[in-house]
Amino acid sequence: MADEMNTYFTQYGIIAIFAALAVAVPTSMLLIGWALSLLKVRPKKPSFVKNSIYECGFETITERWSQFNFRYYSIALLFVIFDVEVVFLFPWAASFGTMSEEFGLFVLGEMTVFIGILVLGWIYAWKKGSLEWS
Amino acid sequence: MSLAEIIGLFLKASLLLAFIFIVVLILTLAERKALARIQQRKGPNRVGFKGILQPFADALKLLTKEDILPASANKRIFWVAPLAVFLPGFLIWVTIPLAKDVVLANLDMGLFYITAISVLSVMGLLMAGWGSANKWAMIGGLRAAGQLISYEIPFIMAILSIGILAQSFNLKEIVDDQARWPFAIKQPLGLFIFLTAGLAELGRTPFDIHHAESEVVGGPFVEYSGAHWSVFYLAEYMNTFTIAVLTVLLFLGGWQSPTLPFSGTVHTVASLSWFLIKTALVIWVIFWIRGTYPRLRIDQLMSFGWKILVPASFINIFLTASVLYYALPDWVITVVSFGFIGAIFYFIRRGSLAGNKQDTVKIIKTSDIRAQLSNGAEV
Repeated sequence: MADEMNTYFTQYGIIAIFAALAVAVPTSMLLIGWALSLLKVRPKKPSFVKNSIYECGFETITERWSQFNFRYYSIALLFVIFDVEVVFLFPWAASFGTMSEEFGLFVLGEMTVFIGILVLGWIYAWKKGSLEWS
Repeated sequence: MSLAEIIGLFLKASLLLAFIFIVVLILTLAERKALARIQQRKGPNRVGFKGILQPFADALKLLTKEDILPASANKRIFWVAPLAVFLPGFLIWVTIPLAKDVVLANLDMGLFYITAISVLSVMGLLMAGWGSANKWAMIGGLRAAGQLISYEIPFIMAILSIGILAQSFNLKEIVDDQARWPFAIKQPLGLFIFLTAGLAELGRTPFDIHHAESEVVGGPFVEYSGAHWSVFYLAEYMNTFTIAVLTVLLFLGGWQSPTLPFSGTVHTVASLSWFLIKTALVIWVIFWIRGTYPRLRIDQLMSFGWKILVPASFINIFLTASVLYYALPDWVITVVSFGFIGAIFYFIRRGSLAGNKQDTVKIIKTSDIRAQLSNGAEV
């Protein structure tokens, strides 16, 4: 048991080391760029026009954040529902073989009902027009 | 863990990092060369022998380019966004095996870890869009978020059906399970869904609407330049490589090869090469698709994801589980899957995705053009 715990923590310790490296590498790339600008290899000549936000070559009309389409919310809501369902499917998928030997058709049937309820919701969303963009 | 072990791990991780960087450098050149070939151009051919040093020239140029911070941008979010895109794509590599024992941490829930971490890059794209305070960047960032979360569902579902077949989410065990036949034969529908959704997750053509230059002029990246932009670029090519590697691991049998007359280290190197050859083939297909297909519109993209790929992935899971439960012969999945793939292509051809009929474009066949040319028509 202690050994098992040890390997468990070792595995996630590796991820921690890796994460440190993953932060360090792009940061050092950015730092190299910054050092180059200190050494005057990389230019830094800001001006009003250069620092204004890009808008197809015109003068900037919309300052800062503008309005956006409401549909992104409904897509995000749909996603949350499906994603939670997928999380429940993971353990089911991993132990499907051993569980169906023990419980028989119940394992397959239960998940059919579970997915079926979601499919009903999906059909409802389609009929309501939540899946249409325009 | 002792100190020596930690240092050893650090060295291994650095080696993996160097490997990924070299692959990314090769990929940037390979993509430009491949696209050039498809479009009957030569591609980069000036720097070094036939343009072989082009990636280094690009890197040098990007590092010495001025890094512009827009005056109205949210400075902190703007600077951190490239890291937030890069980090999840890189963290995945902890658990990806390149050959039988070439892996940093062989997690039991490896695939679960991959799906959980990889979706975090949506955050980075949203941050880039929001931090730029530019309306194109904002729209692009939202598009990226909408697209990535829509295609996340079929992507995970395709992975789940592999989990049902292999009865494990450990990547090593999944590859061991394919010793006889690769899962592509049992799961053609799964492979189709995985590769399509994977392309959408990458934001590559034909699913690159979030940096469509003709609509949102580069999307979330519009205000970025120099070193910060290069981190985004790096992340994009790294993720392309990741998707190709995952396709090979899950569907094409990983490092499983016809029996090789080697043993020990030589065998590891040989199977690693075999694995990389398969990966290169998948990457070539991805480039080929980019050279062939035009970009989808956002409504086509969303309806393709939600109306075709999501139900298809439900069907795939149900099919796989039932065939496994009733111990039906494996060819049943193959035949039914190909039936569904045929149905999907039928719906696409019929233009059901286009919404209203006026939008459907008449498809011009190459053979028609050839026939016209041979009749002496002016083009």
